[in-house]
This record gives sequence, structure tokens and C-alpha cells, in this order.
Amino acid sequence: MYALIALGYTMVYGVLEFINFAHSEIFVLGAFVGVEVMLLLESAGFLNTLHPAAVLLLVITAGMVISGFAAMALERVAYRPLLGGPRLVALISAIGASFFLQDGLRLFESLWRNTFYLSYPSLEFLDQIVPLTATLVIPVKSMLVIVTALATLAGLHVFVNRTKLGMGIRAVAQDPDTASLMGVPVKRVIALTFFVGGALGGLAGVLFGIHYSLVNPYSGFIPGLKAFTAAVLGGIGNIPGAMVGGMLLGLLEAFAASYLSLITDGAFGAEYKDVFAFLVLILILIFRPKGLLGETVRESKA
Amino acid sequence: MICSLPVLGLCGYIAASCLLAFWFPQSVLAFLAVEASLLWLYYVDAPQKIKLFIGALLLIVLLPILGWMNGYYLEVAIQIGIFVALALGLNIVVGFVGLLNLGFVAFYAIGAYLWAIFGSPQANEFIPGGLFPLSSNWFFLFLILSVALGALTGVLLGLPVLRLRGDYLAIVTLGFAEVVRALVNNLDKPVNLTNGPRGIAPITKPPLFFQPLLEYSGLDVSEAKLYPLYFYFLILIIVGVIIRVTRRLESSRVGRAWKAIREDEVAAAAMGVPVVRMKLLGFAVGASFASAVGVLFAAKQVFINPESFTFMESIGVLAMVILGGMGSIPGAILGATGVTILNLQLLKGLSLWLNGLRQSGAELVIPLLGSYSLSQIPAQFEPAKYERMVFGLILIVMMIFRPQGVLPPSKERKK
Repeated sequence: MYALIALGYTMVYGVLEFINFAHSEIFVLGAFVGVEVMLLLESAGFLNTLHPAAVLLLVITAGMVISGFAAMALERVAYRPLLGGPRLVALISAIGASFFLQDGLRLFESLWRNTFYLSYPSLEFLDQIVPLTATLVIPVKSMLVIVTALATLAGLHVFVNRTKLGMGIRAVAQDPDTASLMGVPVKRVIALTFFVGGALGGLAGVLFGIHYSLVNPYSGFIPGLKAFTAAVLGGIGNIPGAMVGGMLLGLLEAFAASYLSLITDGAFGAEYKDVFAFLVLILILIFRPKGLLGETVRESKA
Repeated sequence: MICSLPVLGLCGYIAASCLLAFWFPQSVLAFLAVEASLLWLYYVDAPQKIKLFIGALLLIVLLPILGWMNGYYLEVAIQIGIFVALALGLNIVVGFVGLLNLGFVAFYAIGAYLWAIFGSPQANEFIPGGLFPLSSNWFFLFLILSVALGALTGVLLGLPVLRLRGDYLAIVTLGFAEVVRALVNNLDKPVNLTNGPRGIAPITKPPLFFQPLLEYSGLDVSEAKLYPLYFYFLILIIVGVIIRVTRRLESSRVGRAWKAIREDEVAAAAMGVPVVRMKLLGFAVGASFASAVGVLFAAKQVFINPESFTFMESIGVLAMVILGGMGSIPGAILGATGVTILNLQLLKGLSLWLNGLRQSGAELVIPLLGSYSLSQIPAQFEPAKYERMVFGLILIVMMIFRPQGVLPPSKERKK
């Protein structure tokens, strides 16, 4: 789960060396698009007649496309005018964008549905549980997340390393000036990167929504922070790194949630799992700032 | 000639706005007019001494009198004071040293909880003997203690993270604030330190050391009326001290070192500026301001819980600093005043106004588009609920069009 969001951060950071604070809102937007599409299908009566795979495909595609375009629009409005300026400026603008989107989404949903806490309609297919062995079972929902994450990683790998557009992205990431001399349309590539990053965020959002079934405009904040932790853990700008970092963080957190209270004799319980994630982040930044798999972006001046 | 024309104009304006506020005690606009006079004062062309005198008159005499008539004004003024102090603290970190601190509210929370725990029966939970709450006379000691504690936590957080690049630092401070919030939220067990999400109450108020004086002079004032005024003067003094300290620091060797680091860290290091130590110092000073204000906040609110210290507050303070102009003291003051008024008065006023329109059910006739019944304005459209949107907009728009802020620091001494 975190891995998916982390991929989005890494994509944008790898190219622009810039933390897209609003990514968590793009992620939530994806979740909302997902729920809207599902609610629309439900009211049209298609939800239970259509094949569940078709429903999923539709929802995910809608979430990805809309989030992708939203991220592109965001880049256009809030970041492009600031390209080349001091880093702090773009960062602050990103934070602003993040806040703006949170309440924008809330306003829209309040006007549209009269509430901004939406819950996903349940799909029977997803609520099933697959027994692996006699004692080990996996819910279909979790399997969906894992499979999608792996598939996305593979797809992204091919896209970045094998296609022409991917080559453009890598070129811009290495050196925008030289890339533009070589005939790479830098601005288009950056916009494209935002689109891909946003689409990944949207995908993660839809899956998040399906998995937890309840979304509100502010639910992106903590996952966003953790995804950033995951990206840093794996080495920011490094695509497999984001994946590894996300999984590692997820595991660490799950263990913390279940064993922390055992280890400390009930003194510290599962409520500290969030604290745990940030401690990991701080420790990583102190001892291995390049992350586990190393940072692939160019070393820049501070 | 001391009383030049602009000064006279200003005085006239102040008198007029005060009378307005006096006659229309409920009017938000009248109060805004009074507050705007401070801004005018800043711009007016007059000798420093006269400006200081008028400012003092306005702040020490006129505003309290208005506040005496209408407690709400005083409440707003206190809020503004608190945020001005916070913004000034953050201004040092973000504006002078150039470190983006997104977890500033954590230090505020630390100060607030320091006094809240010991100034309420809460401390009895883990220190036996039933000594608590401490009597109100301890308040000033804790105010000083909180400065030390704030500085200490600032250094403790700063030590590991200050070597990081700017954007990492932002995230780590954000994470730190979340950690602090999670801690105060959950530290009701194993030892009940903070009483968790239920918060702490009642917190002892600062001592009324001038009580005998009042009795002596025969003035009979109820405590309910006295406390707001008292807090107003306390925050005024704190802000005054902070401004003084900041200005002294700014023009000292330390301040120059900070600005050098902000402009170019490598060059500053090459010039012999102890970069890490100076960054730590900046961090600590900002943190100690916030922490001291936290103590005051706790004493004023009587009740605090973790809800008062969310990420939202950090961003709000950041928006104030950005709006006013990073690295500028008048800017930070203006930004804090502006944003607080926006939050407390304008947005709420707008909400009320819209509500009124809705209930009046009047028809709005727009040419070519037909008429539109005002009662159809959706009830969800309430500006007061969307302060995040406003903050976000402020940040983006300022960054794109005027990154140096409304009142940018003067550059005369830099070259």
C-alpha cells in the first residue's frame, strides 16, 4: 500500500528533486473518484450485474486518469511558475496546494453529496477470503493490493527503462539543461512525470478506498507522510527502492502494532505505530540519508 | 514642528475609528479600522519617537479601554498577540536561518503542557504528596522554565536533523510534531502524564499580584473582567520582549551569521560561520519563544487538549510568516494580525452574512441569467469551515506572485 504511494513521490522527486506535498491529496482524490464511480454505478444498477473485474477496471481507470490530470493541472498552476526558483518556495507552494485541495474536495463533496465522509459500496467478490493453508487465509482485498503493486512496479520499470518517454524522463532527471539541448521537451516530460505520478497516486487511492472502505478529504495526510517515509527508506528517486521501502515500512508497522504492547508489557500499545514510522524516518535520515537502496538522483548542492 | 500633517491625519483617523468602535461595539469593521491604524502608523512618515508614543498610546490605553467595553475585542487582541509571538518565533527559523520548520506547533504544545501538567491537579497522578496544582505564583518561574525547555527540545531535535537538506528537514519536523501530538494523545498510560485526548483542566491562572493595589485604590473589579485585561498586558509584554530580543539578535553577529547561512550555506561555512551551531541556536530561540507562548496559552485557556496543536496550526503560523514576508519583523506581525483577523472575524463574519442572506430568502436578479433565490445558497458553503483552503491559497498565491511577502525585510544593511 505505502509502496504504491511512495512510487508517486519517487517519480516526481527523481525528476524534479522536489517533494510533492500535494501528492497525498492527489491520492485522496483518486479514492474519491473511485467511490463516486462506484456510487454512480450503484445508482445506475450496474454494480451487481457487471462482472466485478469490469467494475474494478473501470473504477481504477477512472481514478488513475482523473488523478493524473489533476496532478498535471497542479503542476501547471502551482509549480511551473516557480521552476528554477529557490527550493523552499516550491515546497511552500506545494504545501499550500495540498491544503487547498483538501478543502476544495471537502467543499465539492459537501455540495454534491451533502457529506464528505463517503464509504465505498461493498463488492461481494472482494469480501471473500482465500484460504492458503488450513490456518493461513488472505482476503481478496489484500491480494488485490499486493498484485496491483507488483504489476505496477513491473509496468513502471518497463516504462521508465524501455520506452522513449521513459528515456526522456531519465534524461531530465539527470540533467534538465543537457536534456533540453538534446531535444527532449523538458516541460512536457515534467508534466508527463506528474501525470504518471498522479495516476499512481490515484491508483493507490482507489485501492486504499476499497481496502478501508471509508474515505474523507483529510485521510491522505498520514498515509502520505508514511509513503514519504517509505520513499526515503528505500532511497528517494529510486523506483524499486520505493517498493522495498513501502513493504518494509508496512511490515515494521504491522509488527509494531501487534508486538509493541507485548514487548513493553502493555505500556505502549498499537497507538504508537504512527510514532514508530516517524522514528524510522528520523533514524534513516540520520544514519543512512541515501536510503537502503541508494539515491539515484544526482547529488546536488544543499 | 513636531505635529506634522501625516501625524495629525493619523491621529484623526485613530480617534475616528475608536469612536466608531465605541459606538458600534458589535461591528467587526469598526474594530478592523482600529487595527488598521497600527499599519498606518508603521507607514507614516514621522520621527521614531512620535511613532512609538502613538503606538504605545494605542496599545496601552485605547485598545484596553475598547476591550473593557467589549470583551470580544480583547479576546481577539489576545489571540492576535499569541499568534504574533508564534510568528515571530517561526520567523527566526524560517526567515532568518532559512530552515523550513513544519512542526513549530510542537514546541508550543510542549510549553503549554509544561504549565498545564504542573499548574493543575494532573501532576498528582505521578508525583505523590498532593502538592499540585502549584499556586499561581509559580507561573512566572514556569514561563522562564519553558523558555529553557523549549530551547532544550529545539536543540535535541535539531542535533540529529539539522545536517539534512531543507526539504528533508521540513518532513522531519512535520513528523516530530506528529510524534509530539501522538505522545500527548497517548501518554495517559502507563503513567497518566497528559490525560490523553480528554485534555487537562483546570489550569491555574497567573497570579494577580496587583490585587492589593486595586483594593487599596478602592476599585471593585470582578475577576472575570480583570483577567482578559491582564492577559492582554501579559501577551503585550511578551511580544515586546520577543521583538526586542529578535531585533537585537538580528543586528548582531548571530543574526548576520543566520542570514549568511540562509543565502548560501557553503559560502557561510567557508567564511568561518559555525553553520551547525548557528542553525541550532536559531532553532532553539524560535522554539523557546513558542514554548513560552504555550505557557501563556495554557494559562489563558484553562483547558487544553491535543486538538489545539495540530498540523493545521503549524501551517497557519507558516502562512502568517510567509504572508508578511520571511525574515521581516513587521512582516511577521502584520501577517499574524492579518491571518488571525481573517480567521476570527472575516471568515466568521462572512459565514454569518451568508446565513443572513439565506434566511432573508431575497431574490438576486442577475441580468441575462435570470433570478436566483438567495435561500438556495447551499448550507455547506460556509467560509469559516474552509480556513485550510484560504491558507493554501495564501501560500500558493504568495509564492507565485510575491515570494518576499507583503512587508519584505529591508535590504539596506545587507550589502
